[in-house]
Amino acid sequence: MPFTAGDLTAIWLTLKLALLVTVLLLLIGTPIAWWLASTRSRLKIPVGAMIALPIVLPPSVLGFYLLVAMGPQGIVGQLTQAMGIGTLTFTFQGLVIASVIYSLPFVVQPIQNAIEAIGPRPLEAAAMLRAGPWDRFFSIVLPQARPGLLTAAVLGFAHTIGEFGVVLMIGGNIPGETRVVSMQIYDHVEALDYSSAHTLSLTMVGFSFLVLLLLYTFNPRATLSTGLK
Amino acid sequence: MSDITARFKLNYPEFSLDVDLHLPSRGVTALFGHSGSGKTSLLRCIAGLERAEVGHMKFGEEIWQSDSVFIPSHRRPVGYVFQEASLFSHLSARGNLDYAIKRAPPTDHPISLDQAVSLLGIEPLLERHPDKLSGGERQRVAIARALLIQPRLLLMDEPLSALDLPRKLEILPYLERIKQELDLPILYVSHAPDEVARLADHLVAMERGRAIASGTLNDTLSSLEPSLKLGEEAGVVLEGLVIERDETWHLSRVRFPGGELWLRDSGHSVNSPIRVRILARDISLAKQQHADTSILNSLPAIIEAIAADHHPGMLLVKLRLGESALIARITRRSADALALAENQPIWAQIKSVAVI
Repeated sequence: MPFTAGDLTAIWLTLKLALLVTVLLLLIGTPIAWWLASTRSRLKIPVGAMIALPIVLPPSVLGFYLLVAMGPQGIVGQLTQAMGIGTLTFTFQGLVIASVIYSLPFVVQPIQNAIEAIGPRPLEAAAMLRAGPWDRFFSIVLPQARPGLLTAAVLGFAHTIGEFGVVLMIGGNIPGETRVVSMQIYDHVEALDYSSAHTLSLTMVGFSFLVLLLLYTFNPRATLSTGLK
Repeated sequence: MSDITARFKLNYPEFSLDVDLHLPSRGVTALFGHSGSGKTSLLRCIAGLERAEVGHMKFGEEIWQSDSVFIPSHRRPVGYVFQEASLFSHLSARGNLDYAIKRAPPTDHPISLDQAVSLLGIEPLLERHPDKLSGGERQRVAIARALLIQPRLLLMDEPLSALDLPRKLEILPYLERIKQELDLPILYVSHAPDEVARLADHLVAMERGRAIASGTLNDTLSSLEPSLKLGEEAGVVLEGLVIERDETWHLSRVRFPGGELWLRDSGHSVNSPIRVRILARDISLAKQQHADTSILNSLPAIIEAIAADHHPGMLLVKLRLGESALIARITRRSADALALAENQPIWAQIKSVAVI
């Protein structure tokens, strides 16, 4: 059962999306996690709750509001139009933004937990060794939170690959632009092409298993729970 | 070198710190007191890890904290040894030392890696990770790391209290070597009388967030304040030099500022420094020097003060011997029989001396 040309396009698009989103998630999620782990601000709890929203909301709800916001009448849509980019709905870029928001809690929470587990002592010790705040972040926080970062990256990656509802709402189903593997499988099933759906689905199962196998091999204590608080 | 001025007021719901101290910038200053007496908070304020609402901190001519100045902890020239070893778990012992070396400011006479490693005897441990080291080994690496940041002031927060007795006895000699070989003032927080007796030159006694005494070790321990005791028993610590070893009788003669003592030979070679502890209960007083006694050490002294002890039948007598002082505990009845009075010459008969 070889892949169809459409399958390959979808696989390539999905990998591209997931990799890009994972990188963005780590870049955005790490400072947020650091802030949440170390702040004494009263904003900590509301901000934490807001970031955790996608865990409990149906993806269609999130997708719907993103669709509205990015559409021609939405705040984001107006902004992007003023900047001359047009609207982001039904584009790859729009999908990237939506995926980042959708997967953010799955990245922030493991990193936050890992940073909180370090505790204040190593950071005080580093300060007494003349390490300033940035130095402490790069020389102590990042290396000691590495298992959390790895878990976060895997979770972010896996979630992006697995998403369906948000893509459906905001991306539509445009080949090479927004038609990711989960959409492609849906299309195969709609067309009653169960054999093609099997091929892709089995590939997904194998791939996901492999990713988790690697994660647990290198980081036996990793959990895929998000530590919802 | 000028001194350290530390004035802090810190208020927590359950605890307050209020101190105004002048500390010497040489030798070991012990901050001594029970847990909860505020000694660790004081050390953290000096390090800049805690920021007191009201604080004035001067190290020599440098202002570290005032109403308008607060030097953050990572810019203060201090080394800090925490109670439990705080080695970075993602780095080997050598990696931990390198962390300090990379960040150390340039100095004229830096402590070299070799010097720190040999001072603490950690050569065989360098390639190991912290979780493969014993508690005592970890603490030795942590002390070496604190030295390699080239501090001008070393702060130690109960560095031995998390260790069992054998580990503690393993590390104490290293601390004595650091004290002797490096010209580095050390503030040493402890609640353990034996550590203070062995290491301290200057003593600050803390109680409920206040400093109740501050002075040289001999001065503070010989004051007749009932609260100023190292452990259960009143007594003083003297530091001297071994000046003779008597092979026949297995004794050594020790000179301290104000007199000489014969001790059981403890293996210290001639000219090596030695510390002894003499408890108040081990000194008796006599008006004349007796020849027909088994007591070896009978020293001429002057009575400086007499004070009540906690038992109504007992008195504490402070004795002056040149620059040093001793305290003796005797019965009120004996004091009356001998008609003891201040400024009177007297013979102090010392029954027992402990080398520490």
